[in-house]
Amino acid sequence: MNKKRVVITGLGIISPIGIGKNAFFTGLKEGQSGVDKITKFDTEGLDVKIAAEVRNFDPLDFIDKKEVKRMDRYTQFAVAASKMAVEDASLNVGALDQDRFGVCIGSGIGGLETLENQYNVMKDKGPGRVSPFFIPMMISNIAAGYISMTFNAKGPNMTIVTACASATNAIGEAYNIIKRNDADIMITGGAEASITPLAIAGFCSMKALSQRNEEPKKASRPFDKERDGFIMGEGAGILILEDLEHAIRRGARIYGEVVGYGTTADAYHITAPAPEGEGAYKAMKKAVEDAGIEPGEIDYINAHGTSTELNDKYETMAIKKLMGDYAYNVMISSTKSMTGHLLGAAGGVEAIACIMAIREGIVPPTINYEVKDENCDLDYVPNFARKVAVNYAMSNSFGFGGHNASIILKKYM
Amino acid sequence: MIFEKVQEKIAEQLGIDTDDITMESSFIEDLGADSLDIVELLMALEEEFDIEIPDEEAEKLVTVGDVVDYIKNNQ
Repeated sequence: MNKKRVVITGLGIISPIGIGKNAFFTGLKEGQSGVDKITKFDTEGLDVKIAAEVRNFDPLDFIDKKEVKRMDRYTQFAVAASKMAVEDASLNVGALDQDRFGVCIGSGIGGLETLENQYNVMKDKGPGRVSPFFIPMMISNIAAGYISMTFNAKGPNMTIVTACASATNAIGEAYNIIKRNDADIMITGGAEASITPLAIAGFCSMKALSQRNEEPKKASRPFDKERDGFIMGEGAGILILEDLEHAIRRGARIYGEVVGYGTTADAYHITAPAPEGEGAYKAMKKAVEDAGIEPGEIDYINAHGTSTELNDKYETMAIKKLMGDYAYNVMISSTKSMTGHLLGAAGGVEAIACIMAIREGIVPPTINYEVKDENCDLDYVPNFARKVAVNYAMSNSFGFGGHNASIILKKYM
Repeated sequence: MIFEKVQEKIAEQLGIDTDDITMESSFIEDLGADSLDIVELLMALEEEFDIEIPDEEAEKLVTVGDVVDYIKNNQ
């Protein structure tokens, strides 16, 4: 049987630089930073006092009051962004074949804020006061469950947990589900809300976060020599993937096509990437092979680009290994310079950034690129967005545990 | 007085108007609560009124009136 072609027909986004695709695209084009002092809790005693928080998000704009109370913030992001994406895709949910309408969401951590709150309840008031909603609020698959209930989507439903690669793995798996004809439509992407005292403390102890507390807007600086760690972000990036024929039949707007997916493991270390980005290289190579193209056909790479010493160096090496001399010509940027690192949601918002590059011919920049690092000597689209046609864009995500995922999106023709 | 406090807690937990909550209201049939809502609600009431509601008693509390009576008799 012929493999199905898979297109993107809807976008929903809640990010530190804007809610909704228009605000997000504007933020990317203008090179806005979403990083600032943490306002959600008192950072007394923590080495890191900055993060990329989502501001001005009122879950009641999207979700009933009773349901909001039962959802962790990560699920609120996921459901709200899914509603945006379904509306953006002009999906008439009631008219769909519900058994062929699925959900595949990535989240690195799930309901961490809920876990922290309920642990405090147990310590302060005893185990008998732990909420009966604690478990269903906290588990990292509940966002996918809620999305299915919201849209009566009874097809394949799952959650991918591969740390910071989660959303890219989710999009890749959703693409494969449609490609092999197990669903017509998949709601996919990622959601994360882990700007919490415990998470910041944990990542601080790992020395993974930037401590540039006095200059929050300049703290996320992927590929720059003076980078000193990543900035925790939060939010959700949700895409509607659809069988091309299904999309054409209903006259859907098509943003672009998913044409390649590759995923590998480093099998090396719990947190450090494999030397020279071996696993990352193999994920990119598999994605290129799946797309049936040459590496030299890729115009733009939305890098994992975390602003950590090792990631940026090894990702650069992996791109060179994949592309040879062409590595010096391909445009690479890390939108984490603006959004911070959304962990398990990163691949969702970054796939949407790739869509902007493809649809509007505007490649988002890597902001805060000031000091050249001899280990990072490629074209990172420094500081200013670039107006240039993009036919193929690749998005990379790599996660603790050694998970690597790459997807390739193509202009729809 | 107990009724008003109970009404307030139910409205808060279930996200509904106090006006919709009467002594006769059944949690599940009339107020749209599920089993988890009821557990959470009874916990909040235990705390509010400083009482203990054992599980075997909780199962018998079907309406708002049942809960108000239970609190009156056990405070």
